[in-house]
Amino acid sequence: VTLTANPARVQRQRLALALVVLAAVLGLLGLAAGSEGFVFADVFGTAPNADAALVIGQIRAPRTLGAWLTGALLGLAGAVAQGLFRNPLADPFLLGSAAGASFAVTVVLAASGAVARSLGVDAAGWLAQLGLVGAACVGAMGGVLLTLLLARGAQQTTRLLLAGVVVGVVLSALGDLLTSAAPEALRARQVFMLGSTGFLGWNSVVLLAVGLVIAAPLAWRLARVLDALTLGEDSARSLGLALPRLRLVLVAVLALATGLAVSQAGLVAFVGLVAPHLVRRAAPSPHGYTLLASAATGGALLLGADVLARTLIAPQELPVGVLTALLGGSYLLWLLHRRGMP
Amino acid sequence: MNAWRALGLSVMALLASTAAGATVVVHDDRGAVLTFAASPQRIVSLLPSLTESVCALGACTRLVGTDRYSNVPESVRTLPKLGGIEDAQVERIVALRPDVVLAAPSARVIERLEALGLKVLVLESRDHADVRHSLDVLAQLLGAPERAAALWARIDAQTRAAMARVPLAWRGQRVYFEVDATPYAAGAGSFIGETLQQLGMGNIVPPALGPFPKLNPEYVVRAQPDVLMAPARNLAEMPQRPGWSRLVALQKKRACGFDAARYELLTRPGPRLGEAALVLADCLARLPIDAAP
Repeated sequence: VTLTANPARVQRQRLALALVVLAAVLGLLGLAAGSEGFVFADVFGTAPNADAALVIGQIRAPRTLGAWLTGALLGLAGAVAQGLFRNPLADPFLLGSAAGASFAVTVVLAASGAVARSLGVDAAGWLAQLGLVGAACVGAMGGVLLTLLLARGAQQTTRLLLAGVVVGVVLSALGDLLTSAAPEALRARQVFMLGSTGFLGWNSVVLLAVGLVIAAPLAWRLARVLDALTLGEDSARSLGLALPRLRLVLVAVLALATGLAVSQAGLVAFVGLVAPHLVRRAAPSPHGYTLLASAATGGALLLGADVLARTLIAPQELPVGVLTALLGGSYLLWLLHRRGMP
Repeated sequence: MNAWRALGLSVMALLASTAAGATVVVHDDRGAVLTFAASPQRIVSLLPSLTESVCALGACTRLVGTDRYSNVPESVRTLPKLGGIEDAQVERIVALRPDVVLAAPSARVIERLEALGLKVLVLESRDHADVRHSLDVLAQLLGAPERAAALWARIDAQTRAAMARVPLAWRGQRVYFEVDATPYAAGAGSFIGETLQQLGMGNIVPPALGPFPKLNPEYVVRAQPDVLMAPARNLAEMPQRPGWSRLVALQKKRACGFDAARYELLTRPGPRLGEAALVLADCLARLPIDAAP
């Protein structure tokens, strides 16, 4: 600790500490929050029984970790998107990944309905369980790829943005068309669109963790590109950055993070949009810090929403995506009301 | 064959002419009073269970159109399909000139049809009492009120036969009936729960949670249901859900997976409630008896 404490630095340290504490507290709450509300006796082993061990070890622990990791990937992707497009309204689903994922999921749902009729239920069940996760992931990346093709690479930001919007509209329209032909897919599709953390197991946690371990350092290394971009594209170019190539890598990070998050938990709304705003407000800083702090904030946000979804009307559940939108949305509204956008 | 058909037609014509004389007044579930100068001869049904009810009451030939999901009995498949609960095709319905349109309260098209001068009979079908009430109202509407009691007696007889088929070892065991993988369950308060109750089965979801609550998956694992019931494809993926492989019912194969047709039958609150009870009872009777708790 230096004697002349830099106020910005103090802010950053405070936020980092708060995020770590928040993750720990929410993690503990996540282990205690079950279908009977909060039961801490189970967690601290004062009432040890095999049933509680199973429920905590196999259900709550992976769900809690998985929710944090999903939120972290979305928060990271959101920070990358907002830096890349120099637009505070950018969100990780912008480049066609959400529409691509939901379209692919709809295709699998509709196809498994058709397969069940022709090839029997076992084949359909196999297709559905292997297919939904894979399809969401492939679909999200496919959507981004389509956007890149349409924009002829990542040369121009506006072009990329426009292509993303077009891909989004076209793919979601195709998805709607498919559901009107195969209405049995409608309900499952809606569940996917709302987002759900209910079935995150250890497999999902491993996958999400690997994704975060790849995406976060990569994004962190490219933070200086985002910093340079805040000065404008020309300035960034004059600094000698190979913008088209670096931008492409950033888009790849974006696609990887969103694709993984979406494949495990569906289209959880708003986490990616809100997390970077919260960070910038609490501790304005260069992108390196913002990216990582956004990830931690996204994790806390989604985990908090998940704990609420589990406990508010236990043993029933609320869709977690609805809660993130409500929580994040009302906070942004309050912020807007108090003092323009940060 | 032709002679029978001719006889049938003439009987129907006779019925129609006797019914035609009397004014028919029915009250629907919104509290609306519908008055018909004669028993309606052209009927559009916008709900599969109501389509089934009209046919079970012997008036299938009066149907001139149905919603897109009505598929039972066989004869309704060839009728014009007029869309679903959200996207009913107003123009085609009006063009069919129905004397009455049967619809569920949630159908969005009701106001539009009434504004266009059609009579819409709105019927709830949430539980057994609703089904029975709907059959009564429909039988009145069709000018043959006595048929409702006969049909209900048949449903009752089927249910009793189903009850007798449930092995003693399974009586009183608690069921988890999955409606959707989210997971949504059919609770004790739903019509499926009522049928299970008639068969002497318990339910892990108490009525207080409502008919079809979205549950925390953990709730099911904690409740350790004695028997699992679900669409076959949901049942196939259950072992992959976190922690679910520890469900004793799953390990011991105390589980009923239903194919699409049977599942559809189970989830329709209509005149095939008795058949549904038989399907459930048959599944319970086929479970390995040594697996009984």
